[in-house]
Amino acid sequence: MLDIDTVSKSFPDDAGADRPALEPVNLTVGEHKIVSLLGTSGCGKSTLLRIVAGLEAPTTGRVSIDGAHVDGPSREIAMVFQEPRLMPWLTVAENVRFGILDLPKAEQKDRIADVLDKVGLADFQDAFPKQLSGGMAQRVGIARALARQPKILLLDEPFSALDSFTRQKLQDHLLSLWEADRFTMVFVTHDIEEAVVLSDRIVVLRGQPGRVEKVLDLDWPRPRARTAARVQELKAEIVGLLDLR
Amino acid sequence: MSSIDIAEAETTAGSRRSIAKGAAPEQARSMAAAAVRRALTRAILPLLVPFGLLAVWFLFSRWGVFDPQLMPAPAEVADELAYLIDDGTLLTHILVTVERLIWGFAWGALAATALGAATGYSRLARTLLDPTIQALKAVPSLAWVPLFILWFGIFETSKITLIAIGAFFPIYLNLMTGIQDVDRKLVEVGRIMGLNQFQLVWRVLIPATLPAYLTGLRGGLALAWMFVVAAELMGASEGLGFLMIDGQMTGRPAIIIGALILFAIAGKLSDAALGRFNARLLRWQDSFGVQEHSKS
Ligand SMILES: Nc1ncnc2c1ncn2[C@@H]1O[C@H](COP(=O)(O)OP(=O)(O)OP(=O)(O)O)[C@@H](O)[C@H]1O
Ligand SMILES: [Mg+2]
Repeated sequence: MLDIDTVSKSFPDDAGADRPALEPVNLTVGEHKIVSLLGTSGCGKSTLLRIVAGLEAPTTGRVSIDGAHVDGPSREIAMVFQEPRLMPWLTVAENVRFGILDLPKAEQKDRIADVLDKVGLADFQDAFPKQLSGGMAQRVGIARALARQPKILLLDEPFSALDSFTRQKLQDHLLSLWEADRFTMVFVTHDIEEAVVLSDRIVVLRGQPGRVEKVLDLDWPRPRARTAARVQELKAEIVGLLDLR
Repeated sequence: MSSIDIAEAETTAGSRRSIAKGAAPEQARSMAAAAVRRALTRAILPLLVPFGLLAVWFLFSRWGVFDPQLMPAPAEVADELAYLIDDGTLLTHILVTVERLIWGFAWGALAATALGAATGYSRLARTLLDPTIQALKAVPSLAWVPLFILWFGIFETSKITLIAIGAFFPIYLNLMTGIQDVDRKLVEVGRIMGLNQFQLVWRVLIPATLPAYLTGLRGGLALAWMFVVAAELMGASEGLGFLMIDGQMTGRPAIIIGALILFAIAGKLSDAALGRFNARLLRWQDSFGVQEHSKS
């Protein structure tokens, strides 16, 4: 279980004074859940995710996984970024290996073959990143994270740079990967529909500094049709919450 | 949905074939023919201008346009070089020059790599050392000559030091800025994967800096050639530079021109070798020049 306990963050501004970016957030995420962080630009979503990842220290509060304090990158957590962030000098397979360097060679090989097969890139294991399309590169990024067999997978707007067609495919694909491996998933998105279709829980953030505006729990079964009335209704509600009209 | 569907939908059939499988045999044959054609063009085109100049030189000498006392005919230069080859001195001169170049370049590259890595990686080292190094760079390198001669005499040490200084700056600057320009986002990927400092350096910083460093090495080599001539002109008893001075003193322009041509060939060959080595190491780069290269 992931526990976010009164986590807030301030950054020093140009004059050196503290400027709050995120007001205290409380959130617990059960195992095998999918939680999305939704909100307007600059409300601290990435900041919160980076704190959970151990890339940044919170100003107040603490993050723990199954009771263990998170104070740096950990084996249990993997992250997918908005950009694929592949090492351009490594082949696809080597990029995936990059996340599991501490494992024995044979195990590395098995996992690389396994995850590349899962994301449908087995044929491209020897290709360099420059030879991949945007969607393929992002799939390598996902494979690299999954190879670590993380307990918690964090994704920061993983599909926002893709066209809507590819994005839907990858959303469905990510869901099937999640069904197979049952990791906990926390993802940041700007796409309300994406949040509604995928999440067990949607955390709506607003403002600058960011505050949790509302937490929505969705216990409907998946897969959810994008056109379903319920989906559309909830979308409208969230648009209202965010004052987007 | 199965994963294969996605791969099919997202990649065009063409790129899939060319990366994953390989072309049909008849296509392969015509592609091979085209490749041979391109390789020939690439080998011949660059030689066109040098041979054209040679022809002009030859004709102008034959027509008496040039004063033979100042600009001898190509055949005379060839004769002079052949004579030096026969008595074995030319090889000695070349080897002496190349040896100086290698030592100077090696010392310069070594110092530049150590200092550039330090100033690129550590802010403390940068604030401490870089201003001084930049100030030294502002001194025209040849201005060191009198001091070196005073300190080290006119023998090898002063020459090699001068060449090392020439090679130093491009390597140092490229390495330092290369390290500072490494994409912070990639470093972050390393951090989140739990890499330690050593692994971060070895697996992210070094490969990411390699293109800039290799550019620096190439620039350093070019300057090393420049300074080996300068060093030999300032006083030597052997080497291609000495040969030129000797030609000047004894009024034999053929020797000077012969040595010039040898410098051109040696410089070009060493640069091409390093360029080739770089291209191999940087196969992964997604830049215009590399694409052009990989197409042919
Ligand atoms: N390293 C930093 N230094 C200073 N301020 C920062 C830093 N990182 C983020 N901020 C500030 O914190 C606030 C929240 O940023 P964050 O990137 O978390 O927003 P976000 O919700 O992810 O926005 P977006 O949806 O546009 O990605 C912003 O006002 C930003 O200026
Ligand atoms: Mg963000």
